[in-house]
Amino acid sequence: MTADEKQKVRLISTGDDDAEKQMRRMSRKSFLQGAAGVAFIVGARHWIDTRRMRQELPWPLRRALQVNEEFWHDFASTGHLAPTFHPSAIGHARTNGDVGLDNPQDASTWRLKVTGLDTSNGGPDSMAFKLEDIKSLPAFTIITQFKCIEGWSYVMSWRGARLVDFMAKYSPAIKTDDNGDPLPPVRGVPAYPDFVAMSTPDKQYYVGLDMQSARHPQTLLCYEMNGRPLTQEHGAPLRLIIPVKYGVKNIKRIGHIHYTNRRPADYWAEQGYDWYAEL
Amino acid sequence: MKRIEEKHPLAIRWFHWINFPVLAVMIWSGLLIYWANDIYHLNLGVASIHLFPNWFYHPGYHESTNKGHALWDLDYRLAEGMAWHFLFFWFFAVNGILYVSFLILSGQWREIVPSKDSIKQAVQVILHELHLRKSSPVQGKYNGAQRIAYFSIIVMGAGSLITGLAIYKPTQMAWLTSLLGGYEVARFLHFWITMGYVVFFVIHILQVVRAGWNNFRGMVTGYVLTDEEAPQQ
Repeated sequence: MTADEKQKVRLISTGDDDAEKQMRRMSRKSFLQGAAGVAFIVGARHWIDTRRMRQELPWPLRRALQVNEEFWHDFASTGHLAPTFHPSAIGHARTNGDVGLDNPQDASTWRLKVTGLDTSNGGPDSMAFKLEDIKSLPAFTIITQFKCIEGWSYVMSWRGARLVDFMAKYSPAIKTDDNGDPLPPVRGVPAYPDFVAMSTPDKQYYVGLDMQSARHPQTLLCYEMNGRPLTQEHGAPLRLIIPVKYGVKNIKRIGHIHYTNRRPADYWAEQGYDWYAEL
Repeated sequence: MKRIEEKHPLAIRWFHWINFPVLAVMIWSGLLIYWANDIYHLNLGVASIHLFPNWFYHPGYHESTNKGHALWDLDYRLAEGMAWHFLFFWFFAVNGILYVSFLILSGQWREIVPSKDSIKQAVQVILHELHLRKSSPVQGKYNGAQRIAYFSIIVMGAGSLITGLAIYKPTQMAWLTSLLGGYEVARFLHFWITMGYVVFFVIHILQVVRAGWNNFRGMVTGYVLTDEEAPQQ
């Protein structure tokens, strides 16, 4: 330290006794504050751990996930495309998760039941679709990175119809105002219900999706993986591919789609995971 | 003649002591997450150590009771780990940003950012500490080795945030993820930066113990007792 720097050092006191005494006093105060800090941390940890459980999480943690959801929702999922890859990047297909896949499906007898449809033009509330109905929609192939919530990922190729096109053709019920009149589209986006619920034919596996992610241009009703029809363990005959979400939301073997304004139940959210699961 | 000298400003002490439990929660919850896909190895040339061996997640595990030590139980807790991680990263980020802002605005950065002498000085410090060199180099608040270590830890903190965001929101922040070389690379970096904290922590604790009570008390009270002559007024 130069003499100049020394001049800048704040002096509290001089004189041996005085300095020692003063230091002890300051130490006592600071260490008491420190002890209070440690007690606060231990207490806070205990407090969080002992709160009422909300879907397998203490409510402060569940609330934090919901606040994060609101925060990231402002970065509109529909405004960002998941990166796509060259076919050479395609990896092997890891099979993970078999809930709801107990009963193999024959594509010729399988039906997709859709409920919560628009009835304002005299149409039915509920319809059943064959795989050919989905295949008759414009087909898209995307090569995206499938990311499991466990932390692994593989680049895969998917082919299917966009959910947004499916909804455009078979419109979900349009939200209404207080007089029961349908709400007009906002910036070209129809006033669809806020959520989409999907479940396997046996209802064992189910996911809830926000409408914004469901309308994302890369969200596919998918029937082909890596150039081949879906195998049973990958969700034949029709599964969801939604690259803006973790794998848990990419439900295999869709049996039922329901449009609703109530946040749908979600299999893994009930086990303590984030309902939103947005990437 | 003993006198009291100010060493660490109040703000720095707050940032330091808030960061300690917050980073602890981040590393702990990070382990709960990492367990679900623990793919990394430490390659030592002759041997490759899997990070982490099973006993690490659940020491003292007994099949009969299906339980290990309750205080160190890191397996099958992915959902819980993610929930803690995505709450506490906000505190880590805000505390870190305020800390760096304070360093910049207060001019304290001059004490930490390595200067051109720092590497040479760091070598001298290490030689001195290994008893290979008699005199320790002259220093200000921090010696060259400390400057490099403390500055690195700030860079690593920024690295944790950046790589963390890249794996947390690889679609919303796809530009960032691809800038880092992709999702898998970002996850790899995020993990190894954390390992870096653990190495830093061990050395830091050893050095604090070696430096003694007066120095440690300095980080708590902000002041140290010195034997030096008081400067001339």
